[in-house]
Parts: sequence; C-alpha cells; structure tokens
Amino acid sequence: MSNPQQLRYSKEHEWLSVAEDGVSTVGITEFAANALGDVVYAQLPEVGSTVTAGESCGELESTKSVSDLYSPVGGEVTEINEDVVNDPSLVNSAPFEGGWLFKVRVAEEPADLLSADEYTAFSAG
Amino acid sequence: MSSTAPRRTALDALHRSLGATMTDFAGWDMPLRYGSERDEHLAVRTKAGLFDLSHMGEITVTGPDAARLLNYALVGNIASVGVGRARYTMICRADGGILDDLIVYRLAETEYMVVANASNAQIVLDSLVERAEGFDAVVRDDRDAYALLAVQGPESPGILKSLTDADLDGLKYYAGLPGTVAGVPALIARTGYTGEDGFELFVSPADAEKLWLALTEAGAPVGLIPCGLSCRDTLRLEAGMPLYGHELSTSLTPFDAGLGRVVKFEKDGDFVGRGALEAAAERAASQPPRVLVGLVAEGRRVPRAGYSVVADGQVIGEITSGAPSPTLGRPIAMAYVDAAHSAPGTTGVGVDIRGSHEPYEVVALPFYKREK
Repeated sequence: MSNPQQLRYSKEHEWLSVAEDGVSTVGITEFAANALGDVVYAQLPEVGSTVTAGESCGELESTKSVSDLYSPVGGEVTEINEDVVNDPSLVNSAPFEGGWLFKVRVAEEPADLLSADEYTAFSAG
Repeated sequence: MSSTAPRRTALDALHRSLGATMTDFAGWDMPLRYGSERDEHLAVRTKAGLFDLSHMGEITVTGPDAARLLNYALVGNIASVGVGRARYTMICRADGGILDDLIVYRLAETEYMVVANASNAQIVLDSLVERAEGFDAVVRDDRDAYALLAVQGPESPGILKSLTDADLDGLKYYAGLPGTVAGVPALIARTGYTGEDGFELFVSPADAEKLWLALTEAGAPVGLIPCGLSCRDTLRLEAGMPLYGHELSTSLTPFDAGLGRVVKFEKDGDFVGRGALEAAAERAASQPPRVLVGLVAEGRRVPRAGYSVVADGQVIGEITSGAPSPTLGRPIAMAYVDAAHSAPGTTGVGVDIRGSHEPYEVVALPFYKREK
C-alpha cells in the first residue's frame, strides 16, 4: 500500500490534506482501514462542532470491533462525508479518496504530524 | 492459556502467502480473514468457502466400553449413535455446568472421535481420562494427528464430488465416512458451523496443503474463496448456533442455554451431572431465569458481548454475541434476558451501546435458516 505524498499523517492513523482556504479534509489511512476490517458504521462529528487535535470525535465500527476516531487537528467541522455515513465500506475501498470522513477549518495544528515517508515507516514498525 | 508462542497449523505458510490477517485464537495463530470478511461471509451463503479449522481438538475413544464410557461422561445418548453418524452433545460438570459442547462421530462399533473446542480441548481430554476409570476403554489425544479443513456453502457438494468417489449423496447431515479426497485419505463429515450445507474433512497434517490446493482449484471456478474465523463467527451467529465462552459456560447448564434437548435422562445408567441437571430441567420449566433470545437492531450500531440489555431504564439482560449481519444488513445479537422480556415481538427493549440506549427487536432464533 502507498500513502499519498501530499498528505500528512497522525500516529492515530488519520490523514490530513493540505488546507484549501483554511479547510482540510480528514480520513483514516489504508493501513488503519485494513486493520479494522470491513467498516459497518461511522459516527462522524457534527457539522459546526469543534474538534480538538488528538481527541476522540466519533467512532468507526467494524465487524469485530469499535474504534474511536481521532481528529489530527483542531477546528470547526464544516462538512461530513454523507456517502460514508450511508455506505461505510467506502472507508475500506477508497480510504484516501471517496472514503474521506470530514472537513475541518483548521484552528490548531500539532507540530508532530508525519510526512508520508515518516508515516510509512511508522506504520510498518 | 500459557504465555508460549501461539501454535501454527499445517497450513500456516499457505495462509501467509494468501495475505491472511492472523489472530491468536485459543492459543493458535489462525486466519481471521483473507480479504473482506463480509465477502467471505456472503461466499459461504451463496457459493462456497474454505476454512482451516485445525485448531479444533480431536480425541479418540476406543475399546469395548467406549459407548458406555461416553454415555457416562457426556450428557447425550452416545451409545445410540449409529456407526457413520455424528451427534451434537455436551460435557458437563457434576453440578451441571457446561464444560464444552462437542461433536461426537462414531467411526466404528467400538471407536468414536470427540471433537472439542480448541479452548477447552485439554479440559475435555482430562475429564474423559478421569471419567474413563473403571471402563474398558482408551482415551487418546489425537489433536496432533489431524488437520481439519471445512468446505461450506451451497456449492460444496459439487466441489467435493469432483475430488472424491465417496458416496456424498448417501452422506446425510451429521454423518461421516472414511474416504479419499484428491488422493488424500480423509474422514468426510457432513457437518459445519455456518448454517449451510457443507463438509468437514479430517486429514493428516502432512496432507493438509495438498487437499487445500485441490479444493481451491476445484472450487474457484464456482466462487469458492478462503474464509477466516471472523466470518465463521458471523455465519454461526446468524444460524443461531452457540459459541462456548459466549452463550455457553461452566456457570450455565444446557437447560439455561435453551439446549436441554441434548440431555438424555432416558438413557441407561448414571452420567456425570444427572442429579444437578434434573433439578436444572425443573427450574427451567417452572421458573426460567434468563432466556437466550435473538435481537435485531433498528439502527446501525453494533452490540458487543457484555453490553447490557435494557427496558424501562432497567438492565434486563446481557449480550453474549453481537455483530453486523451481512445477510440481514443490520446488527444482530444473542442475549440472555429476563423471561418477562423474552417473547419474540416484545417491545421497548434496547441495548446500552456505550451509554446510549439503542432500540432492538426481540426475535426467535435463528436469524437465518437456509432453504433446503
């Protein structure tokens, strides 16, 4: 699996896109999606709510387990991916594209986000 | 469990070459899934799936008193099982608590094979050895003598037929016969844990890989795929089949689990647990404690083992197994609930899913039954 170069990554296995007009897109990595197995339910943060970097803002449920969803950055949620709410399997089939989870107006960005190469090494370790 | 490294089956290298996600299960390193567990589940329901179940524990009982011993040691009437047939049964403690659920195959007049769950195989073996005292019978640990492959699903008879001359049409559900499959000597059993037609093949570990490859080659054109333990769990849950450690435990008798039918009081002679089980049968009939029911979610959040079942703000039961059901498209669960809330159609029942009470419908088990 390859992690897109233009994204940055958290150690909780979320990815973050480069902000456009201050808004970034958040999803989970292919590594995380594979580890979860088939995602069957996604509880995403509400539009307009504030998320905090490194804190739980929702949950992803798979056949075998439920996992907290962490936001890699802090800010206001501007949009959630209704397609994923309706068809959570998108998280497995296209984690870096159609399976994105939410968009956030970034107010706070932690300094320890990883580059694609750093994340690849981290998730292999 | 000991802290030693998990055991590996004869098919371990093959699983890894297929890219399986492995998991520690009862001390064994087993395939959890190869790809999507949902796809694996649906393959078994509609086509066929191939499983490695070599973690299961085989124990052979032989000798003139083999039948008498098993009638004494287990709750079922094992002496009445015909040669070539199999029986679902249980082994209980003297207090009636379930030690394990088992399938017993009668291989010959004086030879049986007892198949125990991996997690309980040692306990079952020890109990049988202890209970064999005074009987002219030998209890043999055959856990290392067998690999176990299962082919399950509607296409499984056709797949197997292409690899064996054995009379599969004459092989009924819960029967087993020795034969040759793909040139490999095998005990061919028409049993399974998926709710579908299918076969379990007990073979020498040395032959396991050859058989796996032959089944894959014969089955792939009709949609057979390798399947892991994750889908085996959702398949058995849809079929309403209990899993030891979830629906069954030493603190429950077969009557508490709604499986009193496996206890045969009418058989000859005493058996371990008889007195306690007679009392348990009476209790279950007159004042049932909790009853095992099925629950179907109205929403999409998945109940997990240990979650509370609630009604009117009160805890009325506990989930024993829960999963998203690929066949129903909704989360399902088995749960022990107070008898007052156990009737199918009972309203106002919910599951406490991490603090929020999600509505659930009480239904009769099983959730899924195949068309015959």
